[in-house]
Amino acid sequence: MSTTARKNAATPAPEVGSETRLELYRLQLELRYCEKRAYDLFLQNLIKGTSHLSLGQEAIAAGFGVAMRPDDYTFCTYRGHAHTLARGASMTGVLGELMGRQCGLLGGKGGSMHLTDVAHGVMGSYAIIGAHLPIAAGAAWSAQYRGTQQAAVCFFGDGTTNIGAFHEALNFSVVWKLPVVYVCENNLYMEYTPISSVTAVEHPAADRASAYGLPSIVVDGNDADAVYLEASRALAKARAGGGPTLIEAMTYRHSGHSRADPGKYRPPGELDAWLKRDPVPFYRQRLIEHGVDERTLKSMEDEAMGKVEQATANAKASALPSVDDIEKNLWSDGGVAWRN
Amino acid sequence: MAELTYRDAVAAGIAQEMERDQNVVFLGEDVAHAGGVFKATVGLIERFGPLRVRDCPISEQAIIGAAMGAAMTGLRPIAEIMFSDFFAVCWDMIANEIAKARYMTNGQMAMPLVIRTANGGGSRFGAQHSQSVENWAMMIPGLKVVAPAFPADVKGLLAAAVRDPDPVIFFEQKSLYSLKGEVPDGEYVDELGKAKVLRHGKDCTIVALAAMVHRALEAAEVLEREHGISCTVVDVRSLVPLDTQTILSEVAKTGRLVTVEENPRLCGWGAEIASIVADECFWELDGPIIRITTPHVPLPSADLLEDHTMPSAERIVRELRAKLD
Repeated sequence: MSTTARKNAATPAPEVGSETRLELYRLQLELRYCEKRAYDLFLQNLIKGTSHLSLGQEAIAAGFGVAMRPDDYTFCTYRGHAHTLARGASMTGVLGELMGRQCGLLGGKGGSMHLTDVAHGVMGSYAIIGAHLPIAAGAAWSAQYRGTQQAAVCFFGDGTTNIGAFHEALNFSVVWKLPVVYVCENNLYMEYTPISSVTAVEHPAADRASAYGLPSIVVDGNDADAVYLEASRALAKARAGGGPTLIEAMTYRHSGHSRADPGKYRPPGELDAWLKRDPVPFYRQRLIEHGVDERTLKSMEDEAMGKVEQATANAKASALPSVDDIEKNLWSDGGVAWRN
Repeated sequence: MAELTYRDAVAAGIAQEMERDQNVVFLGEDVAHAGGVFKATVGLIERFGPLRVRDCPISEQAIIGAAMGAAMTGLRPIAEIMFSDFFAVCWDMIANEIAKARYMTNGQMAMPLVIRTANGGGSRFGAQHSQSVENWAMMIPGLKVVAPAFPADVKGLLAAAVRDPDPVIFFEQKSLYSLKGEVPDGEYVDELGKAKVLRHGKDCTIVALAAMVHRALEAAEVLEREHGISCTVVDVRSLVPLDTQTILSEVAKTGRLVTVEENPRLCGWGAEIASIVADECFWELDGPIIRITTPHVPLPSADLLEDHTMPSAERIVRELRAKLD
């Protein structure tokens, strides 16, 4: 990690239970294998358009996915496959949506950048930078008003910290003391540009926290245990009426910004250095240190891969959407009529 | 029936719905303790408390985003954007997020919310506080668009908008806030998507919206009395859904269509209505369609200039006399 975490620098592993740890590993495996599969399906031209992969950033989605309550709300960006899966959305539904099939979570109407699964609390993936921070605040406001102790968790990239909606949402959420957790995944690049070259402070989210009366929190985003513990603290605070938390999770994108980007702007050696801290093998090693045997790990890995294979087969076998769907579901009556 | 001002009808409509449904909440800038910069929401915080009637920072994206997040999770928010010109700073939320959420998620996401705003000219506020932007909203699939001309319609259509399961943009014409009119007592709910025929004539059908309805009525009066030209006047009330049946049948009866719009010329809602009439009612027309709009300029501030930019009753009379014979 190129940056020193100011909080939770020491490994917090002892505080995480053994079953939770297995769950964190299982989830990271599924996110990793499914994202790799998405990449393969692109190369086979079975996925069109664009896609923004989370390879290398799985520990953040997994840490929060395990820490959240089933009725909590997730808001993600266009880099949202992992966060959607981490809430229990169907993998067939995710891959099917990427492939434009009828079985897709959105029936082919949203695509990679808009994965949503309301039944699992995934309240949308938003492709306009910053938009979903105020929307997450609204969901948190609704939970606060209804007294449900639900929390909203909103994931975004480092580049988002330089757009107005970030600042509007932070101020608004603090003033209204909303149960929302803002999670900045700092992967060092704002699309193609190093975040450090376009930002006034070293930590684009954490260094701005004080402007909103919030503590500065930086966590190792490649350590699922660290993320899980920070998530648990923030969610407990939200449910207790303590208001919002802003967390900056340091991580690294193994692939480019999107399908079109080979990531050649990165200095030599940087990717290799981060690959040595790849969250998935890193976590495997931690499980071994905690006495989990090789056979258990292998069986988890086979199971995760089996799930991806099955989801891929399901999605490939799914029908294409019907063109009749084009003129459906604009309004609550299921139709699109704008006149009588 | 009680006589209320257009501004009092706003508060009456909101109060009626907040009384009925605990999930109705209201947020905006200066709306609670100050009662709104146009005093259209006076008394709501006293009646419904600070948890349901909330003052916000000057953060239009946060206001509209919060309304969206609340709507998708079970509330029925009413958000106020003080001047419709400020839609430009939260247009992402309105056009990209709220309007598309249900369609893009293939029907998963519900979006029952209302965005109220003070729209239009006539108050000498200049080009950034006077625009008539209902056509911005009309062109985005997924938004319903309402613009009342009378206090009774304010109350009834606002109630209908709050109860509607889809997002409704509710344009209040700010120069009408002091207009008085009879408003039904007790619970009153109108229906979105219904135009109203306010006056029957035989020579032409004038289709107008919001403040222009009053100018069209005034012009029709003068045309009848002084020039023997008899006009039907249709108040569109709702641009989406659009009551094309009423418009087409009223145009068929007189053989002429005149639209009176406050917005600048290009892509105004009148052009859409002209296109529908040309498509579907062409053989019923006895002459060209007439569009009366502001020139294609930003609205100037000085009273003389503003009055000569917006369509006036005198201008409607003049244009119709010149073009109708």
